[in-house]
Amino acid sequence: MTLWNKPAHELHDLLVKKEISATELTQDVLARMDAVEGKVKAFLTITKEQALEQAKAVDEKIAAGENISFLAGIPGAVKDNICTKGVRTTCASKILENFVPPYDASVVTKLQKEFPVLVGKANLDEFAMGGSTENSGFYPTHNPWNTECVPGGSSGGSAAAVASGSAIFALGSDTGGSIRQPASFCGVVGMKPTYGRVSRYGLVAYASSLDQIGPITRDVTDCANVLNVIAGHDDMDSTSSFAEVPDYTKSLVQDVKGLKIGLPKEYFVDGMDQDVEKAVRNAIEQLKSLGAEIVEVSLPHTKYAISTYYLIAPAEAATNLERYDGISYGERIDGADVVELMTNTRSKLFGEEVKRRIMIGNYALSAGYYDAYYLKALKVRTLIQKDYTDAFEKVDVIAAPTAPTPAYKIGEMISDPLKMYLQDICTVPLNLAGLPGISVPCGYSQKHMPIGLQLIGKPLDEATLIRTAYTYEQSQSFHKEMAELGGAEA
Amino acid sequence: MKYEAVIGLEIHCELKTKTKIFCGCETGFGGDQNTHVCPVCLGLPGVLPTINKRVVEFGIKAGLATNCTINKFSKFDRKNYYYPDLPKNWQTSQYDLPIAEHGWVDIDVEGEKKRVRLTRIHMEEDAGKLVHSGNTIKDSASSNVDYNRTGVPLLEIVSEPDMHTAEEARTYMEKIKAIMEYIDVSNCRMEEGNLRADVNVSIRPVGSKELGTRTEMKNINSFKSLVDAIDYEIDRQTEVLEDGGHIVQETRTWDPNRGITLSMRSKEDAHDYRYMPEPDLPPIVTTDEQIEAYRKELPELPDARRERLEKEYGLSDYDAGVITASRPMAEYFDEVVAGGADAKLAANWIMGELAKHLNAENKTIVDSPVEPARLAAMIQMITKGTISSKIAKTVFEEMWTSKDAPEEIVKAKGLVQITDTKAIEEIVDKVIADNPKPVEDYKGGNKKAIGALVGQVMKQSKGKANPQMVNQLLAQKLG
Amino acid sequence: MKVTKEDIQNVAGLSRLAIPDTETDVYIAQLGGFLEYVENLKEIDTEGVAPTTYALPMQNVFREDVVKPSLDREAALSNAPMKEDGYFKVPRVLEE
Repeated sequence: MTLWNKPAHELHDLLVKKEISATELTQDVLARMDAVEGKVKAFLTITKEQALEQAKAVDEKIAAGENISFLAGIPGAVKDNICTKGVRTTCASKILENFVPPYDASVVTKLQKEFPVLVGKANLDEFAMGGSTENSGFYPTHNPWNTECVPGGSSGGSAAAVASGSAIFALGSDTGGSIRQPASFCGVVGMKPTYGRVSRYGLVAYASSLDQIGPITRDVTDCANVLNVIAGHDDMDSTSSFAEVPDYTKSLVQDVKGLKIGLPKEYFVDGMDQDVEKAVRNAIEQLKSLGAEIVEVSLPHTKYAISTYYLIAPAEAATNLERYDGISYGERIDGADVVELMTNTRSKLFGEEVKRRIMIGNYALSAGYYDAYYLKALKVRTLIQKDYTDAFEKVDVIAAPTAPTPAYKIGEMISDPLKMYLQDICTVPLNLAGLPGISVPCGYSQKHMPIGLQLIGKPLDEATLIRTAYTYEQSQSFHKEMAELGGAEA
Repeated sequence: MKYEAVIGLEIHCELKTKTKIFCGCETGFGGDQNTHVCPVCLGLPGVLPTINKRVVEFGIKAGLATNCTINKFSKFDRKNYYYPDLPKNWQTSQYDLPIAEHGWVDIDVEGEKKRVRLTRIHMEEDAGKLVHSGNTIKDSASSNVDYNRTGVPLLEIVSEPDMHTAEEARTYMEKIKAIMEYIDVSNCRMEEGNLRADVNVSIRPVGSKELGTRTEMKNINSFKSLVDAIDYEIDRQTEVLEDGGHIVQETRTWDPNRGITLSMRSKEDAHDYRYMPEPDLPPIVTTDEQIEAYRKELPELPDARRERLEKEYGLSDYDAGVITASRPMAEYFDEVVAGGADAKLAANWIMGELAKHLNAENKTIVDSPVEPARLAAMIQMITKGTISSKIAKTVFEEMWTSKDAPEEIVKAKGLVQITDTKAIEEIVDKVIADNPKPVEDYKGGNKKAIGALVGQVMKQSKGKANPQMVNQLLAQKLG
Repeated sequence: MKVTKEDIQNVAGLSRLAIPDTETDVYIAQLGGFLEYVENLKEIDTEGVAPTTYALPMQNVFREDVVKPSLDREAALSNAPMKEDGYFKVPRVLEE
């Protein structure tokens, strides 16, 4: 039986019915990984031995007649900016090439209690800065639908792993779209929960007030199940919400009757890809036909979101990344004195994009510029939040494209940083407002590259997002198609 | 030209919490290097801080005890600078919304009351320690870093530049130390670095309102260094100006061995700390009710206690000031008085014999071998006339080295005062007979000559004769 | 806002990054282009608008003052580029 192409909920059923063993499943996924990883390069570290041991332990539980949890025995991948005790965590940066955390991120601790099988650490743009995974300090990841294309980013490795079958589910992180956009590019489901819904303890910080961990899965059912595991307050993260966490699987119902879905005109931007616009509008029509009411809404400050985001995120990043200095951990490039050592280490081991953002951030925070740039951006952030608060007085969910284009060719955009930044227009506003968002496959471009529908929810209302996304997903079959590893290299 | 110094202090006060400000590592002094550390205080990738509730409580109490306004909305900020003792390369501190602002304390200098305003009190984390391979940082080819102290909670207490002499600065710092001890937020052990000050000094022509260029001396950790460094710096700056030079704004270091301040590096590369709000720590919001609740928990503070000692016991302003300058001493005093001792005698004995003995053995009052109860019992014996003050000194010596009660010591050594008129009369008669010269002098009008005779009687009675009775009898007999 | 070579060197210093002269022009162009783009924020009147630092309205999240175990020293030093006698070792430190 081919197993790597099935979603977790089907595999869980097979495990419970003892039709397959966790070891069999893990071997199947690892074999698939062997077959595709050379082309996709989704992983920075592969933990085969650990995976097989974990699988064996689950099989023993099953043999002993124990009830197993949803993720038990299910192969998953963790983005390599999430700390795993004893397993190298690099953030795709040369500066942390050999860093082995002495602790687990809180999400990893939560996952481990479910006994999943962790197959490896997924590639990303260095320190999660980028939207294509081309900024990895080691190698770019390729899109499983067309290996000449980028998988999106920064959680490109996580999305590509799930799309190519070398993991059944993955964890990503989303600061400005880094879960949703690669999910869209790779034809999988990706959710950024509300800021604070999932603990950030152990997620290597890029921009602390924007970062959030979330699931990348084959379908909405898996998304709800993974979210159930990772959501909830954590004493180690003071910004994690105390709000009660509902059972998200209860939202896996096909019902959008009377649901008000907002359509923000500002998200259908000039220069948007025709195929994307068509697919997204079709999806919205589909939701309408399923009983939802479509309402036009306006989010007038959307056009300022890129400027706001690219001042706030680099400013936070500039301080967050000060700790990589070659003193007490990480790689070191020597110098005659400490200042020289720090400067050498940082100059030679950070990649170009990371350095660029550090420079932008320190410029925006430096004496004389703080008010004009950083403080101004914090104020506009308030206005962007307010746009959503106003819109959500009229609607339950907002629908929009996840990204203005499908996946583009590797190397096509990388030389123009500003052009890259502009690609984030549909995703960054949610991070600024702290809102939850989910990307679900909603069709293909003419070149058969996946397109994502983005649904945006009220704060802490992931449940309605899941219900809406599930209803839409079940009305068509995009989520059932697996990537074919096309492209010239395939 | 005559110059006047302008002095401001930034006092760093280490708080006596069990755990660090942002993680659960213990704060204990000592401990092997890098054993009180965890991912959070090591600043490892991915970690997040959590605020120790007690630190906020201590910050608010310190603010209330120094007449500050408590900011009902306060937050933490990142102060960015690179130094190997700072694992994140920023110090989590407070910038524009510190926990407390706009306070004051009164100090007494040479009998005059003076008010020193406090700009602010903010909470922050301490840095780690560098251990150098050479004698000084500059001649060390390498250094070793110990992060045990990283994240120990500090209050930074910033004064306005309201002081003008080293003595004022010392008195101010002693006052802050006393207050922090009273409200029990810090051990204030200067030798362990619990309390240290950055001192800003500038001078200006007397009468001028404008501030001169200031220099800063960091990490002054004893009262003596504070006074010496300020005096040295005032002299140095005066000399520079009198020679027609100008003061360079810079950080200087105090070398206590050589008794001079030295330029570290002038601020050619002025710090741009790029303060930004700490996004990982939600703000601290305090209500009036909470502030009042903390106010109620405050103990009697030094000024109030001093006033009470003056009113209740008639102590002099000076004595009350000395007794209340440290909480342990004030508490010791209270216990002695509660034990039945006369308050003025208690003050005299504490400030006199007890202080002398403690100083000689470098002990603090908390470690005094003579407990308040025994001192109280001894003072009562003086009041009752059982022993003289002079004998009491012998008894005190005994108590210092033994655990015996004063009554037992007096009994065992036969030190009970002789109050039997007949017994004293015998000695007096003998002394009059044996000392014709002073007797003659006295009779000849030199009334002071009686002193020699009293001395003789006391000597022959081995100090046990009641001095008042001796005086009386001698005067009687000599007519 | 024109970005100068001095701006780049100043910010590079604050960033502990060495930007060789050959790359300064690239940074001037990129940072300049970026700053030009974010000029659009000036169109917005933010008079009286409070800045948003925290994505969620949270406050007073505290930890009790209770000791938790620290790391073993070996684990604490496990990623150190250089160590000596239980310390992290660094080269010559010049004063701040």
